[in-house]
Amino acid sequence: MGRKLLLDKAHIENIRYYSTYRANGGYAAAEKVLKSMSPEQVVEEVKKSGLRGRGGAGFPTGMKWSFLAKPEGVPRYLVCNADESEPGTFKDRYLMEFLPHLLIEGLLISSFALGSNHTYIYIRGEYAWIPDILEQAIAEAKQNGWLGKNIQGTGFDLEIYVQRGAGAYICGEETALIESLEGKRGNPRIKPPFPAVKGLWQSPTVVNNVETLAAVVPIINIGGEEYAKYGIGKSTGTKLISACGNINKPGVYEIEMNISVEEFLYSDEYCGGIANGKRLKACIPGGSSVPILPANLLLKTAKGESRMMTYESLNDGGFASGSMMGSGGFIVLDEDQCVVRHTLSLARFYHHESCGQCSPCREGTGWMKRVLHNIENGKGKMSDIDLLWDIQRKIEGNTICPLGDAAAWPVAAAIRHFRDEFEWHVLNPEECVKRNYGLAHYADPLPLATAAV
Amino acid sequence: MVQFSEEKLNKVKEIIARYPEGKQKSALIPLLHLAQEEFGGWLSPETMDYVASLLQITPIEVYEVATFYSMFNMKPVGKYLFEVCQTGPCMLNGSDQIIDYIKSKLGIGVGETTPDGLFTLKTVECLGACGYAPMMQLGKHYREHLTPEKVDAIIAECRAKAN
Repeated sequence: MGRKLLLDKAHIENIRYYSTYRANGGYAAAEKVLKSMSPEQVVEEVKKSGLRGRGGAGFPTGMKWSFLAKPEGVPRYLVCNADESEPGTFKDRYLMEFLPHLLIEGLLISSFALGSNHTYIYIRGEYAWIPDILEQAIAEAKQNGWLGKNIQGTGFDLEIYVQRGAGAYICGEETALIESLEGKRGNPRIKPPFPAVKGLWQSPTVVNNVETLAAVVPIINIGGEEYAKYGIGKSTGTKLISACGNINKPGVYEIEMNISVEEFLYSDEYCGGIANGKRLKACIPGGSSVPILPANLLLKTAKGESRMMTYESLNDGGFASGSMMGSGGFIVLDEDQCVVRHTLSLARFYHHESCGQCSPCREGTGWMKRVLHNIENGKGKMSDIDLLWDIQRKIEGNTICPLGDAAAWPVAAAIRHFRDEFEWHVLNPEECVKRNYGLAHYADPLPLATAAV
Repeated sequence: MVQFSEEKLNKVKEIIARYPEGKQKSALIPLLHLAQEEFGGWLSPETMDYVASLLQITPIEVYEVATFYSMFNMKPVGKYLFEVCQTGPCMLNGSDQIIDYIKSKLGIGVGETTPDGLFTLKTVECLGACGYAPMMQLGKHYREHLTPEKVDAIIAECRAKAN
């Protein structure tokens, strides 16, 4: 069994409630921080841990915290990003439903470190039942002296509020989230200024993902150095992976970042292999925005090395033959799935979720959707494949926020690795609406000489 | 006449108190949720104007927000709104077939409401239940691992509740 730091107590009955959480070592990290540490020492521990943002970008959390401006007389804010909306990702939901106090404790420690007296949890609107769970945990924490005024006699005050969004993927982008929290449309802001300088209500603000903030608790409990011993290299600690698609055991798993993709996908401890005795065709390992990989590039890198569940190894080969850890949304496609159809579904998603501010994204996502729709339905031309490539390239890097890139990458990777499947659709317009291309050669071992470009 | 009850008005005050003085516009999305629940499951122009008056902001500030977010309904919907996810991971697990099944069972297309006003079918993008696909949102909760049999049971359950 892999070592766990976040979900180690998730199986305990009633761990959702304060008394059980406390009886099982809960709020010990908060106690340690409030009684014996300064805010700077907490930031230092987080830096030592090597913790990287778990929402998708993987930016070092301690460094992000140290960028927070601290002008005199201006409030600072911590905002917890619980707007989990990346297709394939449902890990934060699990954490909030089953371990709400772990998040509240993480928020308390992080708010203390950053000097936030009013901390907001921005949760996607569709998770409509979770605010009740969080608000109950907040009320319990308050009754027990962990929130409110003069917490544990330290003079530190903190209130935590839960705010629901209302259905907009873009609000997971931190400046769009801040706009939404201010009661506006979720249009991302032009940076700079960064939120660390001008964020919520123009005050210095840190926005962190749910899992990132929860991870601060074990970091304090065991110490940053000990945390950094988990995992490999710069992929320290554990990561929640939400696995879905055509696998035997979909669900949320905590992994130590030192196991191989093969172990994660095929062992009974995790995904348990491909469902219905089928074979693996492709996988999107880090949420819908990251590049899709064919089976033969998922399990091994182009260099022929075993691919690991780490930020670096998933990225090995860059765009040519690698992918990304992203948010940890692990989407598996079996041999009977159609990559064109799946890409169309994602293109429709990004078109629907584009905020409309930047024309390359607003127009380009719709254009890609329509072209993919034609190809999938036997009405495509060969030139459409090049057209798709051209559109995605003109979206990437040309928008205010990363949604443009997120919309471009899945299309680019699908064409890069599955071009013959697209061509087959064009060349077989009648057949492609009746059957799928199948596994083809996508699981065949790669000849090393040609693959190691 | 659109008007919150005394109890809801207290809730409104409580929500506005979460933000610094003068930043009451931050309460807009929570208030629109409250208003949609309270006034028939959608946001009429009258409802939006009422929310604007509560927050002392202009009506256009409410309209531009209400139309941005997919959870706010700009026209009336049935008593039971089936919001079925159709994004990648759900598609891989047969959401297209579930949507077709609901269409045939209720005799309506996507975006339509049954003549008795009971059901509206809407397709939505990823709701964060990818491991429990296919799924739909029904009111406050998710219905997951959908099958035709489960859809039948949900429809029967709604009909029974409506009677």
